[in-house]
Amino acid sequence: MSETALAERQAAHTIGEPIILLDKVNKWYGQMHVLRDVSLSIAERERVVVCGPSGSGKSTMIRCINRLEKHQGGRIVVDGTELTDDTRALDKIRSEVGMVFQSFNLFPHLTILQNCTLAPIWVRKMPKAEAEELAMSYLRRVKIPEQAHKYPGQLSGGQQQRVAIARALCMRPRIMLFDEPTSALDPEMIKEVLDTMIELAESGMTMVCVTHEMGFARQVADRVVFMDRGEIVESGPPHQLFEHPATDRLRLFLSQILRGH
Amino acid sequence: MSATALRPARAFDPVGWARANLFNAWWSSALTLVLIYAIVRALWGFIRWGFVHAVYSVPTGANGVPQTGVCQAAGVGACWAVIPEKIRFILFAFYPFDQQWRPALCCALFVALYAISANRFFWRRELALIWVGTLVVVGILMWGGVFGLPYVPQYKWGGLPLTLILATLGLAAAFPLAVLVALGRRAANLPAVRLLCVIYVEIIRGAPLIAWLFMATVMFPLFMPEGVDIDKILAAQVAIILFAAAYLAEVVRAGLQSLPRGQSEAADALGLGYWRKMRLIILPQALRLVIPPLVNTFIGFFKDTSLVLIVGIFDLLKAGTTAVADPPWQGQANEVYLFLAVIYFAFCFAMSKYSKGLEREFDRSRRH
Amino acid sequence: MRLSWTDPTLRNIVWQVLIIGAVAALVWYLVRNTERNLAARHIAGGWAFLWQPASIPIGEAPIAYIPSVSTYGRALLIGILNTLKVSVVGVVLATVLGTFVGIGRLSPNWLLARISAVYVEVVRDIPLLLQLFFWYGLLQAFPPPRQAFNPITGLFLSNRGIRFPALEWEPAHGFALAMFAVGLVVTWFWTRFADRRQQATGVRPPTWPVALAALVVLPVAVWAALGAPFHLDLPALRGFNFQGGLTVTPEYAALLIGLVVYTATYIAEIVRSGLLAVPHGQWEAGGALGLPRGVVLRRIVLPQSLRIIIPPMASQYLNLIKNSSLAVGIGYQDIVSIADTTLNQTGQAIEGVTIIMLVYLTFSITISVFMNWYNARIALKER
Repeated sequence: MSETALAERQAAHTIGEPIILLDKVNKWYGQMHVLRDVSLSIAERERVVVCGPSGSGKSTMIRCINRLEKHQGGRIVVDGTELTDDTRALDKIRSEVGMVFQSFNLFPHLTILQNCTLAPIWVRKMPKAEAEELAMSYLRRVKIPEQAHKYPGQLSGGQQQRVAIARALCMRPRIMLFDEPTSALDPEMIKEVLDTMIELAESGMTMVCVTHEMGFARQVADRVVFMDRGEIVESGPPHQLFEHPATDRLRLFLSQILRGH
Repeated sequence: MSATALRPARAFDPVGWARANLFNAWWSSALTLVLIYAIVRALWGFIRWGFVHAVYSVPTGANGVPQTGVCQAAGVGACWAVIPEKIRFILFAFYPFDQQWRPALCCALFVALYAISANRFFWRRELALIWVGTLVVVGILMWGGVFGLPYVPQYKWGGLPLTLILATLGLAAAFPLAVLVALGRRAANLPAVRLLCVIYVEIIRGAPLIAWLFMATVMFPLFMPEGVDIDKILAAQVAIILFAAAYLAEVVRAGLQSLPRGQSEAADALGLGYWRKMRLIILPQALRLVIPPLVNTFIGFFKDTSLVLIVGIFDLLKAGTTAVADPPWQGQANEVYLFLAVIYFAFCFAMSKYSKGLEREFDRSRRH
Repeated sequence: MRLSWTDPTLRNIVWQVLIIGAVAALVWYLVRNTERNLAARHIAGGWAFLWQPASIPIGEAPIAYIPSVSTYGRALLIGILNTLKVSVVGVVLATVLGTFVGIGRLSPNWLLARISAVYVEVVRDIPLLLQLFFWYGLLQAFPPPRQAFNPITGLFLSNRGIRFPALEWEPAHGFALAMFAVGLVVTWFWTRFADRRQQATGVRPPTWPVALAALVVLPVAVWAALGAPFHLDLPALRGFNFQGGLTVTPEYAALLIGLVVYTATYIAEIVRSGLLAVPHGQWEAGGALGLPRGVVLRRIVLPQSLRIIIPPMASQYLNLIKNSSLAVGIGYQDIVSIADTTLNQTGQAIEGVTIIMLVYLTFSITISVFMNWYNARIALKER
């Protein structure tokens, strides 16, 4: 996409109040210090891409946001509520935060439609007919409405990941987290998933995305955050980070990732 | 600061470990306390019975009969005297007393055989020869009649060597039969043979081993031509072999099925022919794969040899129970059971640990 | 098909003919020897012995049996019933114990996990027969009835067995039981109604109050309304033994305890691997959607777990039934024990063995058929 088009689009996209706040977050796995004083503030409708070498803590950080991992130091505040051990508050936060996993994690014993309607029925107490309509609308949005009555095992990887996105969207979350959504996919299926994510971004969803897909970052991200060895090293608009990396670590990472580009 | 879990202070942290593993929730703490109380009480009771109040030897009366009255006294715990007194009988049953070095040597040979088979270095064609050779040497030692060794007929064999013979010879003879049956079950082009193998496996697995042992001891004599008698031990051994072969066939079949089809196709493409293909390519790989479940099956058969007690054969278990039937020692059944349990456990636990270690290794290497 | 050795079809047919022929020849040879041997011992074949009076003393008989009057057929039937008696109860208890131990092995409490692991490993490395002898010895070490243990009123532990009070059955109990059965039906219908309600409106009416009322409150109310009779037939010492109450013989108890303790270890491993086999990602995905843990367990993890657990569980049940044949070692008269005595007394070896085989094959095939049906029904659909 050309520089001017990119600039225009970014001007049209207005960013709101902070909706995710990480304040000096620390986490250990046993003796390993995996998150070191991580501080990050993400605003509503902002699209953030987190990148970094493996072991940098980026997946851990994103999983702390919906408390799939527990942090031991610092604060995390999501949509005005601080993350603690209070399970009821946690369930409420999780219904506002959608997550898409690297290994899809669809429920194999339920149909696609049932996968999508399970949470709206049990958490938002929606009647079944209404939930199914909602699910079908999202399945149409990710462009696989005809698979509604199949089982996950009958779909390709790219289709499964798109279902996973639809399933998360059915809860109408305010924030969508993506944990390396395309890393487990065959190359020819990556594009269909990225297209879905781009369309989602353009509709104004707050997104935090851990990915290696730099093209996606360039096209969609408002901010790119580079993590290495548990801390945030650099953070800024994509063109600044990719064209003018300030630190050696980022330069090294970019040279490894963008080899051949 | 909303700290939730503890930050580890140093590497070795017993208090922190206890808090995380024993007292991490109210129910967990209560359970830990209850379990610790139960364990301490049980252990203390056992130590008092087995060691503090135990009697270790009894005097021998004037007529050579051990005076076990002291064991029946109130407040006395275990009477371990029964073990040294009866150990020769428990281990070797009716084998002639002065020749008992022979079955003892056989037991040592079997243990050596298992140890050698466990070593990866010996996993090649020659291992079969080692097994056959060991069994032949064991046969010579037990029967005698050659090399100046006095002849000892089978009905005098018993105890630990008999258990080991039943299990080892059972496995050794069952294994080739099992491979044939497994191949037969997968022979798509020989439907009659496949049906025969399926019938064999399903019928054998349908009934318990005891039923087959009864059948063997009752019906094998009827199967013999006139004048030919079949020894009970031989009948039981054949029954064990046929029984083991059915179970092993399923294990081998699982291995054959898990081998990628590409192996068979590549062998066919090279024009190897069925038997060569099996011998050189398929079986070596499939058998390697199934060694852990094979060892687990062997553990099961090792325990199952104890069932021959019910048809009157003097294996280790029957020798033990007969030893405590002796009037002076009738109250000491638990001591002997414990002794037998330790022997069985030693063998089975060693094999079980070995097979688990193998499984872990296979998993690791397969994931790369 | 060419008539040449190079044609594979011809080769296959020839091989099969040869192999089947060899097996058939062997069978024919064995049958001929058997006939000759049986004739030499003057043993007639046939099933007439089933209607002849049996002189087998039977210690435990669920149906009426008089030695030297009742037939061999009846004795064998009692053997089958005895086998069922210990197998059915054993399967239920082993499942309960095994499930607890399996879950215990996955417990975050280190002591519980270790103890469960040690229990499983030790019990599995000792022959079942030795364990049965141990339990039988323990139960026989109880004092004679006159000095029986009496831990709570009505429960007596002696070397003649465990005696506990029996409820004197009144019509009120029958009505209460009927009310309970009605309660089961009501609960089932209510659950379906709750499902429909939830689908229509999204709100699920709570099930537990209805279940409590239908299964507990109403039967108790019926029983109370009919006079609340509760008379226990307490065992009382008369002479050398107890009269009244229900008895569990030491043989039955030893066999049951031994089988349950042993089989539970295998069931524990099955339950554990079934729970571990569901990928952690399923829990995470359910949690990430905001589903409460109970819903994730019931609707997502358990259905997947059961698929993995039930087939090997069924073959453990079959193993328990087959292992019950070890009863003959401690004097409990199951089908193998009685059939063996029968064939020793009548000399009809082949018929006796056939009966044993048929009984166990019936169990085996029944469970196999059920497993195949279940597997086909719940198999996960894949490409």
